[in-house]
Parts: sequence; structure tokens; C-alpha cells
Amino acid sequence: MEKYLIAFVIGGTICVIGQIMLDVFRLTPAHMTVTLVVTGAILGGLGLYEPLVKFAGAGASVPISSFGNSLVKGALSEAKSTGLVGVLTGIFEVTSAGISSAIIFGFLASLFFKPKG
Amino acid sequence: MSNKKNKKLSAAQQEYQKFAKDREPKRPLLTNCLHAFIAGGLICTLGQFFQWFYMTYFNFTEITAGSPTQATLIIISALLTSLGVYDHLAQWAGAGTIVPVTGFANTITSAAIEHRSEGYVLGVGGNMFKVAGPVITFGVFSAFVVAIIKIIIQKLGGI
Amino acid sequence: MLQGHQSWVFDKHPVIISTGVAGGPFEAAGALADDFDILHDDTWLGQESFEKAEKKLLEEACEKAIDKAGMKKEDVHFFLSGDLMNQIISSSFAARTLGIPYLGLFGACSTSMAGLAVASFIINAGGASHVLAAASSHNSSVNKQYRYPTEYGAQNPPTAQWTVTGAGAALVAAAGEGPRVTGATIGRIVDLGISDPFNMGAAMAPAAVDTIEAHFRDFNVDASHYDLIATGDLGRVGHNIAGDLLIKHGVDIPEDKFTDCGLLIYKDNQPVIAGGSGCACSATVTYGHLLNRMRRGEIKRILVVATGALLSPLSYQQKESIPGIAHAVVMEREGD
Repeated sequence: MEKYLIAFVIGGTICVIGQIMLDVFRLTPAHMTVTLVVTGAILGGLGLYEPLVKFAGAGASVPISSFGNSLVKGALSEAKSTGLVGVLTGIFEVTSAGISSAIIFGFLASLFFKPKG
Repeated sequence: MSNKKNKKLSAAQQEYQKFAKDREPKRPLLTNCLHAFIAGGLICTLGQFFQWFYMTYFNFTEITAGSPTQATLIIISALLTSLGVYDHLAQWAGAGTIVPVTGFANTITSAAIEHRSEGYVLGVGGNMFKVAGPVITFGVFSAFVVAIIKIIIQKLGGI
Repeated sequence: MLQGHQSWVFDKHPVIISTGVAGGPFEAAGALADDFDILHDDTWLGQESFEKAEKKLLEEACEKAIDKAGMKKEDVHFFLSGDLMNQIISSSFAARTLGIPYLGLFGACSTSMAGLAVASFIINAGGASHVLAAASSHNSSVNKQYRYPTEYGAQNPPTAQWTVTGAGAALVAAAGEGPRVTGATIGRIVDLGISDPFNMGAAMAPAAVDTIEAHFRDFNVDASHYDLIATGDLGRVGHNIAGDLLIKHGVDIPEDKFTDCGLLIYKDNQPVIAGGSGCACSATVTYGHLLNRMRRGEIKRILVVATGALLSPLSYQQKESIPGIAHAVVMEREGD
């Protein structure tokens, strides 16, 4: 039960940070999500995002910032085992499920659905 | 940033900017933040539930459960987008539906269904990443830079 | 004939012998539904794309106008039309269906009055006996092109407006019964540096004020000359700014005479935020509601100032601000 509460609070907080970027700093949604992803990557590189995931669970792994962290994690772990080229081969390793399913189900949707307008 | 903008504007334009800004309805910041907190928090809680579900019933570990959890949330988001519900939720939730990975799926699905009228190859295929492109591009590029820098620092530290 | 610096006076009083006004589901649920000739409950109009739906709306409005005048397409000399689509395809493809000699216009949301002004000039100069002027817009095709896919979950700010799904057409003639077009003022671009595409009202308000002032100057009149002065689609935010700007410039327009088509078209409980916008906003409200009021004898002389924001998605990405423009046309009832 506690895990759910922490996930709720941390996830909600990251979204509030995003909302402030939209309303106060007047960023577009694209600029805001890019900022969060890049921040996630930087924090991942600094080794600060993993502890957050351990603490907050889905509260840190569901927001788009975890995408940046996962990309870095994939790159670094593959580089550790196969050398520098691992940065290129490993980058999508962890995020593969997310990106693949987004593309697949997005395309499937276009086969069966029309926008409501 | 506003000063840099102002240098390019004439005095009349700067005066009007202020005139218009004074008459601009203010964004309900506190309300928007509250909605974003609730919506984003709920989506993450749902994600937490799926993680537990996959760990309990499908033998995933804490680490590997992340992938099916994300995929599940993405499928739900694609469905809500296709049913025309996601954009109405988003008007209320703001960043609460943009920031979670469901927002990412929404960008791809909404673009895909929108451009079907231009055909599957050029329309759907060619426009699918219209809104999601920046996240993918900058996510990958920043991860690349961060990884290279970290490796260099580690190598130098090793020497 | 030239009047002042940037206006025309139409001494032969070209007459709007009929109008055709079509709208979508939102407009059917709106405040002026009774003033529409055709209303659809399906925003696709049964077509395969939003763009084809918009073209169909425009065709319907045009054919309705021609039909109501008891005429045939072959009797109309020229067709002037514009819309918000890239390369104004809605108008061009409607023109293909109508088969009338065609001039495409782009004035964004100011197109309706730009078209009416030029059509009246042609008639007044003896260049034709019948000219059709029209404009259209569609909420979904506009979002797809200028903003985001329609199902994308963006949060619209309090300054955002709702593009009208509809089309309005006016058949202008040298002779006949109906409201008369007696003058027009062509606006120039006014850009005071607003660059937020979600705040069109603020971007266009200065252009509306500039054209109103030019009109009063050229014709040597003031607001008392008119029963109603209506801007095209400034919406709540832009209407407010325009009102204050006019006061600041010493131009007095009483609040009960000064209105905006974007504020009239929808009901308060519809989620249109700051009000209606789009080429069809001024077109449908003017050719439907306002001229109906004139035909019923409620108002005698009006000035409609259609406002347009002449940006493109590219210009916005290249950090350009939004150029605004406004065109004004005088319509009045003769007799009494």
C-alpha cells in the first residue's frame, strides 16, 4: 500500500514540474517533454535516477523522464560488455518494449479507428 | 529571455505586448498543477499495479517488469486516444497526461489515425512521429552524449 | 470608386440577393443555429477526410446561395473564395465542382469580407452582373494543419479559440432585392509582435482597430453612423483588447454597438474557451445571422470587420510574430 502512495506522490510531482514548465515558462508540450527526457538522461548518467526508481517504483519509471534514464542505462551496460560501440548497439535495449509497442499499436489504431474530430 | 525578445521589438510593439499581456486571462496555475498531480499520480499508481501484477502472476522481476508495464500503459493510451477520450482527459489533466509514457503513446497514435486519409505509407508512416519526434531524437542524442562523457570520465579515472 | 486612402464607395449599391450558410455539429448546438441553411450532425459529412468535408461544406453553401436566388451556376460570372488550407484547396476544389470562373483569395479569417469587397467592386464597376463570394473553415482540418492531431492531448490555454466548422457564401448582383453593399475598407498588415498562435485575438486586435480608424477617416463618419460594428473573430480576449485600444486612440464605439462574430456564434456552455474563429466564423455569422436581422428590419446599417492572422506553422517555428489584417465592409438596408 505504501508503495502505491509513494508512486502516486512522486509521479504526480514530476507531472507538476511539467505543468509549471507549460504554464509559467510557457514551453510547448514538445519542449517540456524533451526537457524531462534529457534531464532523465543526465540524472541517469550521474547515477541518481536508479535510486529514485528503487524508491518510487512506477512513480519514477512511468514518466517520460525514465525514458532518458533507460536509454543511458542501455548504452552504458552494453558498452561495459562490448566496448565503445556498445553505446550505439545498446541504447534502445531497455526501451525497446516501449517504443515498439507505441509504433505497433499506433499503427494498428490507424487501421481500425478514425479521429473523432 | 524576455529581454532578448524585447530588443528585436520596436517601442510601439513593446508597449502593445504589455497592453495585451495585462488583458490576457491568467492561466489557473494552481488548479492546473493540482489536476496534473492527481492525473499523473493516478497513472503512475496504475503503473505500479501493473508492475505488481506482472511480478506476481508472470514471474517478472522488479527490473524486468518495467517493460510489460510500459507496454500495457501504452496499449491503454492508444485505445483511449482512438476512442476520442484522451484529448478530453488531457484538457483537464494538462501535464498529468502528457508526462507519463501514456502521453508518448498518445502523440504517436493521434498522429497515426489523423493521417490515414493520406494513405498508410506516406500518411500514417510518414507522419506518425510528427509530435513524438523531438522526444525520441533528443532522448537518444542526450543519452549518447551522457554515455560517452561518463565512459570518458571513467576511463580517465582509471588512469 | 476610391474613397479616401484605402477604401471604396460603391455608388451603384451592389445587392446581396441571396446567401448560403452551412455548419457542423458544434454550430448546430450553438446560439445561431436558426440562421444556418444547412446543418450537419456529422463533422465528417460522410466524407473520407476532414479536408473533403470542408470542401463539401463550401460547395453546399455556394449551391444554396445560387439556388435561393433562383439561378443556375452558369449565370454566375465569377467565384471568389478562400479558406485556411494549404494552397486553399477547399476553395479550389469547390470551384472545380461549381465550374464558375474562379479567383482564390487568402486572408485567413478575414477572407469573407475581402471576398465581399472585391466582389462588390467588380459588380459596381460593371465587370459582372453576378459574383459569388465565399469562405470556409473546418475545426479538424485546421487543427491538423496548424496545431496538433485532433486526438492529441494538449491543454488549450484560456486565450485559445474554437475554429468554426462551416461555410458562408453571398451572391452579389448589380440589381435585385436584398441588403446593399455600399462601401469597403481594405486593411493593411499590422504586426505588434504577438507570436503566440494560441492567442490570435491579441495578434489581430491592432489590425481591427487600424482598419476601423482608416474606415472612419476615409468615409468621414464615426460609430453613430452604424447600428452595429462587428469584428470577425477576435474572441473574448481580442474583443476586450480592441475595445480598450479604441478608447486609447480616442475612438468611441458604444459597447452595445460593438460586437464580435466569434462571441455571437456559440453558447456559453460550449467548450470554445475564448470564442469562435476561422474563415467561416465571420462568413456564417454575417451572411446568416446579421443579414437576417437586417432583412427582418431590426438593423439598418452595419460594418463587418473580418480579422485574419497571417501566420503559418513554419513562420511560427522560425520565431516570426503574427501579422494581422482586417477588412471592413458596409452593408445596409435600403428603403424606409
